[in-house]
Amino acid sequence: MSLATPDKNWWQPLDKDEKMWLKVCLLVALGLFLMMPLFHLYGKQNPPTRSYRVEPAQYKELVDKFIEENAVRDEDGDIVDMEGIPVVEPKEGVKDIYLLSQKWMFTPILKLKKGVEYQLHMSSLDLNHGFSLQPKNINFQIVPGYDQVLKITPRDSGEFYIICNEYCEIGHHTMIGKLIVTE
Amino acid sequence: MSNHANEFRTCPATGLKVHMPAERLMYVYAVTAVVCLLLGGVMAILLALTRWPAIHLLPADLFYRFLTAHGVNMLIFWVVLFEMAGVMFASTVVLSNRLPAPKFGWLNFILMFTGVIMVNYTIFTGGADVLFTSYVPMKAEPNYYLGIILFAVGAILNCVHFLITLVIGRKEGYFQGSLPLFSYGIFIAVVIALFTLLAGAATYIPVWLWSLGVIPSIDAELYRLGFWGFGHSAQQINLAAMVSIWYLLGTLTVGSKPTNEKFSRLAFLLYLFGINLGSVHHLLVDPGLSNSFRVFNTSYLMYAATVGSMMHAFSIPSSIEIAQRAKGFTKGTFDWLVNAPWKEPGFSGMFLSLIIFGFGGGTTGVTQGTEQINMMIHNTLRMPGHFHVTVVGGTTLAFMALTYYFLPLVLRKNVIGMKLATAQIWIFGIGICIMSTGMSFAGILGVPRRHWDVTFADAIFQVPFSATATTMLGVLGIGGVMAFVGLLMFCLIAAISALNPKSMPAKMESHTPQYAKN
Repeated sequence: MSLATPDKNWWQPLDKDEKMWLKVCLLVALGLFLMMPLFHLYGKQNPPTRSYRVEPAQYKELVDKFIEENAVRDEDGDIVDMEGIPVVEPKEGVKDIYLLSQKWMFTPILKLKKGVEYQLHMSSLDLNHGFSLQPKNINFQIVPGYDQVLKITPRDSGEFYIICNEYCEIGHHTMIGKLIVTE
Repeated sequence: MSNHANEFRTCPATGLKVHMPAERLMYVYAVTAVVCLLLGGVMAILLALTRWPAIHLLPADLFYRFLTAHGVNMLIFWVVLFEMAGVMFASTVVLSNRLPAPKFGWLNFILMFTGVIMVNYTIFTGGADVLFTSYVPMKAEPNYYLGIILFAVGAILNCVHFLITLVIGRKEGYFQGSLPLFSYGIFIAVVIALFTLLAGAATYIPVWLWSLGVIPSIDAELYRLGFWGFGHSAQQINLAAMVSIWYLLGTLTVGSKPTNEKFSRLAFLLYLFGINLGSVHHLLVDPGLSNSFRVFNTSYLMYAATVGSMMHAFSIPSSIEIAQRAKGFTKGTFDWLVNAPWKEPGFSGMFLSLIIFGFGGGTTGVTQGTEQINMMIHNTLRMPGHFHVTVVGGTTLAFMALTYYFLPLVLRKNVIGMKLATAQIWIFGIGICIMSTGMSFAGILGVPRRHWDVTFADAIFQVPFSATATTMLGVLGIGGVMAFVGLLMFCLIAAISALNPKSMPAKMESHTPQYAKN
């Protein structure tokens, strides 16, 4: 009876079955908890380990500088854009690339090279946003005041989309960016 | 002491003594809880019909507003209010104990009720389209935060009242010895509730001051950490309460007895020590936290709670098997299960809740709490796919099943249609499973949660989600409709029964402490 006061000496040794089950539970837990650190050592895809505090205004400056120096330009020297968002192709040797999220757009549109390793910085000017790369389905949280740095190496070429998957007020469902990987 | 002797009635079914002031308080808590459930349920069906692409019912602004209302009313108001009734039940009726301070109990109820009204008023007048999580720097009107704070303070005080009730009851001699297992489980839930609600207060009070303009800014990541110390731990109150109810329903329906008190109680203790820190699994892909911090909290501490759940998953079915075999159902391996009282909503509800929670919710939860898998599921529909089989298919279903016993035994109301009640349990349970399946598979294909339009019709680019993903959103909708039918049946059965002015007569009997020292 789970409703009745137990016998005075309820602290009884476990039964054979209970002991066996407890061992099974502990083994499962042990397996699970070795899995995560082991994947850090041997796995190829792990969550980012670098992040910094950054003021939104300060981060905006970094992004502006990055766009100015690396933007794709037409013959007149004007920045090429898609739907009004500048297209940026990091110059040879540029490792640190920047993505800015704000209500309700991602800037810039990044054009990356397959097989090259980049450090992708992500931060927000206003609210929390989500970085959800589709159709690869890799997701990260973008938090204002923090610069989260992803070490990425594109393995497939093509066009990918970044959709915001953290609610950021009324225009949330229109917030979408693009990422292009060339051969 | 003796001046309380005439405030008791005797339960004709169990012989337990019910303190009348406690009965009235449990009644108002339970009724308010069901009203919140109904409100949250109406929101739920509107949301499901919006995410079903073929229907896409609500406009964007109402979708996000109703999503806020759905989250707060379901995850906080319905479950916590119901638990408040349960907490009172575990400390008075189960122990034939008296409620020492009924007026204090009413004060707590009024605080919580005021919170419910303030929060819902602010949401529906458009002052808090911030969703359940209200991540800063998104800002709601101050009354939204104040409402949550009042609700939390009321709940904290009610938990304190629970502890006082136990201390005074034992001192006066209403009971002695160890607590019955059900009350012990609820005691664990109360301890979890206390630190959870304190985390909630520590998170919401600064945000309230910030919304009033007293504090200039709040760190967005710190808020997320504090919020989940409250938001996830709150689900562990539900967990401990739900498991206690499984034990209780096992006893009420087949007369089962815990196989080993030590085993079950140690499992409850693991919940207490493991899970609060495990809440960090909400921040696995956030900036600002080191990997060792994340791995330590989610893996080493969360799995402690997992072991607790696995122990209960062994102990409860085996106690039922033993009770059934003792009744003569000894043929073969599963005779005991086939001949279980499936027609009783209590048994069906308990078993279905256990299966849905364990196989649907537990397994998905443990895997999704891994850092690497979390990168694939964070903020996709796979998340709500997981927690709708824990907190809805598990907790809510168990609460519903218990209600059918709570009504006659505690509130003295006849339940209309026990057959209908059993049907309700199955319709709701299966509906939730279908809905969660739709959510989970859409999420695996990358469909985000909390999103009004995954076709991106108004956006600059359109993401081609596969036809499978769209189909899965349809499955979500169908399951949602079915679950809503079940929820509506529950609210109707509960309301018609509870609002029936004719109560079963109270058998008033004088009751004095059995174990009084003098």
